[in-house]
Amino acid sequence: MIRIIDYGMGNLRSVQKALERLGYASEITSDPDSVANADRIVLPGVGAFGDAMVKLSSLNLIEPIKNHVLRGRPFLGICLGLQLLFDESEENGIHQGLSLLRGRVISFQPNLGIKVPHMGWNALRVVRPCPLFAEVPSGAFVYFVHSFYAVPGRREIVAAEADYPTPFAAAIHSENVFATQFHPEKSQEVGLRILRNFVERC
Amino acid sequence: MFSVLTKRIIPCLDVDRGRVVKGIHFLNLRDAGDPVEVARRYEADGADELVFLDITASHEDREIMLDIVRRVSEQVFMPFTVGGGIRTVEDAARLIQAGAEKVSINTAAVKNPSLITDIARRFGSCATVVNIDPRRVRKVSSALSAKGAEDEKEAAPDQEVVWEVFINGGRTPTGLEAVAWAKRVQELGAGEIVLTSMDADGTKNGYDLEMIEAVARAVSIPVVASGGAGHPQHLVDAFRVGADAALAASIFHYNEFSIPVTKRYLAEHGVPVRL
Repeated sequence: MIRIIDYGMGNLRSVQKALERLGYASEITSDPDSVANADRIVLPGVGAFGDAMVKLSSLNLIEPIKNHVLRGRPFLGICLGLQLLFDESEENGIHQGLSLLRGRVISFQPNLGIKVPHMGWNALRVVRPCPLFAEVPSGAFVYFVHSFYAVPGRREIVAAEADYPTPFAAAIHSENVFATQFHPEKSQEVGLRILRNFVERC
Repeated sequence: MFSVLTKRIIPCLDVDRGRVVKGIHFLNLRDAGDPVEVARRYEADGADELVFLDITASHEDREIMLDIVRRVSEQVFMPFTVGGGIRTVEDAARLIQAGAEKVSINTAAVKNPSLITDIARRFGSCATVVNIDPRRVRKVSSALSAKGAEDEKEAAPDQEVVWEVFINGGRTPTGLEAVAWAKRVQELGAGEIVLTSMDADGTKNGYDLEMIEAVARAVSIPVVASGGAGHPQHLVDAFRVGADAALAASIFHYNEFSIPVTKRYLAEHGVPVRL
């Protein structure tokens, strides 16, 4: 069973409905036992990094998420769900993350002449082979809405980039861990293809 | 290959008790269909986002909007914003949990600015949109202020035109100046501003470019141009003065210029769009 983790951080229903459109049943849950025995986990989320960690902790979800990943089961993080994988974020002070991946989460700087949040459709540049992007051409447009982005310790885990205006990690792939800074569930046909790939190829 | 954030084209759907309507100067509403069907058509056409503005008067009927948000999110896999009648964080939470990517507030933001901060704290700035509806008014200079606005013509030489923020669907002046209010909502945590000119809205004569430029320069969050679009050139103009997205209703609703035609026009005029 695919389980979508509900920790009170925003719109989970869109992910579930997108999977449903693809013919896959999923369950929205905040129960640690359900998370512990999931085949696949999706960790979505919008909102602040620090609040998210507090909520995951108070719901006793951190251990089952870490165990799922360490046992090699497929994991998909979306937006904040990507950022939480790393060591720490500088959003509203320094907050510790799940530390499943080395690296930190930093803010876009509006002084580069860009608007923050980075909001809208930007083109993906797939930088190395990744099953998440099977049949997704480089240059495909996906929907982003975020002010922070991850800077991984190991560049090799960056599967796709976008530019704003300098390159940043748009997607991460490290063994069984997949994550997108964009929202596949809001990226029309391209996004549905990526979600299908997560279920069928990852 | 270098990627660029594309400019967003956003059809706005005014929804009254479950049906899409479009106001001309916010009056004379015309019915233009079922929100879910309209949303699906716009998704197929390549719209970049959708905005649903709930203009339902009575509080009881607002449950209908929640149901529409649920139905849209089951069938349409693109981002959409819902505004209208949001007065509390709980109102916002219900809409986001039903499937909205963002919520927008307008009158409630003016009356209770901390609502902006509260929504941003819970769902992030990215999900927090503030709609600002300015109208051009003559600012009576201090020497003439005692005479008030009744003596407009007589006082004209000494008056400076400013953009005053209106609320309650453009009916109620607030005394707030639009550029200053835009800066303030950014400080309070808004992640986007939808700037609707009450003067241009419904005219199809183009956006208020001067106002868009002034606001877009004053803030570092995205600004959505709104009010007055009648031709794809108007969108080109709005992007040239700094808009990050352009919202329009009637030109899309009545197929005067479809989304694909509009986007091709924008691309031919050097605007980065998602084709």
